Amino acid sequence: MLGDSAAIKGLKQEILTACYHTGEGHVASAYSILDILYVLYDRVLDCGMIKKNSETRDRFILSKGHAAIGYYAVLKKFGFIEENLDTMCAYGSRLGGHPDCNKVPGVEASTGSLGHGVPMAVGMALGFKIKGNPAHVYTLAGDGEINEGSIWESFLVLNHNKLNHFTFILDYNHSTDRAVDLGDIGAKFCSFGFHVIKINGHDHAAIEKALRWRGDKPVAILAETVKGRGITGMEDNPAWHHRIPTGEEYRMFMEELS
Amino acid sequence: MAPPYTDGGGIPDVYGGIIMKIRQQFPLSVKEAMDLDNRVVTLLGDIGVWSFHKAKEEYPDRVYNIGILEQATISVAAGLAKTGLIPVVHTIAPFLVERAYEQLMIDFGYQGLGGNFISVGASYDYAGLGSTHYCPADVNILSNIPGMQVMLPGTAQEFDTLFKQGYANGKPTYFRISEEENTVPQDITFGKANVIKQGGMATIIAVGPMLEKVMGAVSDLDVTVLYYTSVVPFDHETLINNLAGGRIIVVEPYYPGAVANAWMGSPKQVDTYIYNIGVPKKFLVTYGTRQEMDRSLGLSVEGIREKILGFIG
Repeated sequence: MLGDSAAIKGLKQEILTACYHTGEGHVASAYSILDILYVLYDRVLDCGMIKKNSETRDRFILSKGHAAIGYYAVLKKFGFIEENLDTMCAYGSRLGGHPDCNKVPGVEASTGSLGHGVPMAVGMALGFKIKGNPAHVYTLAGDGEINEGSIWESFLVLNHNKLNHFTFILDYNHSTDRAVDLGDIGAKFCSFGFHVIKINGHDHAAIEKALRWRGDKPVAILAETVKGRGITGMEDNPAWHHRIPTGEEYRMFMEELS
Repeated sequence: MAPPYTDGGGIPDVYGGIIMKIRQQFPLSVKEAMDLDNRVVTLLGDIGVWSFHKAKEEYPDRVYNIGILEQATISVAAGLAKTGLIPVVHTIAPFLVERAYEQLMIDFGYQGLGGNFISVGASYDYAGLGSTHYCPADVNILSNIPGMQVMLPGTAQEFDTLFKQGYANGKPTYFRISEEENTVPQDITFGKANVIKQGGMATIIAVGPMLEKVMGAVSDLDVTVLYYTSVVPFDHETLINNLAGGRIIVVEPYYPGAVANAWMGSPKQVDTYIYNIGVPKKFLVTYGTRQEMDRSLGLSVEGIREKILGFIG
């Protein structure tokens, strides 16, 4: 980890604790995207404009809604929500296992069913072009999610309409390797009209530079990430996709994160 | 390529007047909404492109032939709605409703966004094309999406009324366009039913384009006929105020059930029998013409009369 490491470790502890207490949440997916979300909210998005619901605020849609606990941790860190993340999935909580845009401040779209968030982000980009709104649209999906055809359908629309104020972030944690060989994914994005930037998805400086990239094409950031990043035994272990740590594991992981 | 028909002109009827079909009317109604309201954006699924060419010329940024990608189209439309625009999506019913059902449910229903979905093809307008192009289930499954409004105009004028009254009300709204139409337009209101005729033996509900056949079937019978162009929201009041003979007979141009389901949600308990006449719930495999299919499925005037007489004895 190349910076803000104390903050990231703190968020990871908070996520782990919430998942341990609630028995809910996708810890490994949350850790995979945490550095990207942290840099996005810390250095790129104008959180003040988002809080004011400004018409011209840049938008971010977390298409892989199952990483909600990571998203909530970042939203809390940057002052969008205050509650203890232990309330996630509790009856009456506004923090569900997938984010609800009508409940959670700062959330732009309700996601969870894979393949919806990215096309909605494309629609927002088209809407901004129609309205002459300068807002930029960011969206993040995992390599598993991009198996969904609706994502590639929407990329056709994106490219055809030259929606260059759009940044797609691939959380390339290789979840899908066991199911589908994605082949040369960079070449696929190139052929769909993207300017492709490959980065280490845990390198904060590289993440920031890629997120700030603007050109005459939409941007696809292929962020190589590690599921369960930061915890030995969870890293790249598919068993941890939706597993909750035992008491012993929880103590061990918390120690590793301290 | 030559246009399939002269756009906006209608077709001459046998009396030398002009009959406007709903399918010709809807691009005009949408264009008029676009003229008056710069929030309206039309997405076409590579269908009806010619009929929107004038709108496209005038509003190149607000009319898109988006391609043959219905799932993404509905999500893209939801994204447009999130930016304050009012999307109008048009394609053939099964692709709009069944292929993109989850997008309609989650992106519009669950998120609470407004949008307009105009389909063609209805239950089996493309009779010769087979089940891939039929959509007898659309009204029932859309009725299961909380907040989704479902409209079945019976004439071009009625489409115009329903669209203009409903397109900007902030809810997702489905407009089902059918080749089957009524000749005489009724003076309708979005969300309200009309009393066409009053009698004592039963209350017959004619949904959208079934009205003309129903009237052909029961004109000499002592029954009440109500006309519904809105299935959701359902006008309970008009039905409760016009119950006759302890019997409701619903005549629907799709798989039966949507009206009976709405009636079961009535705010008032009324002791009454309910009968359904609609498209039988099976895969339709005969091809032929729409009229031939109507006859074989008991949905001709004669078939409907026979069933109604069976119900009311």
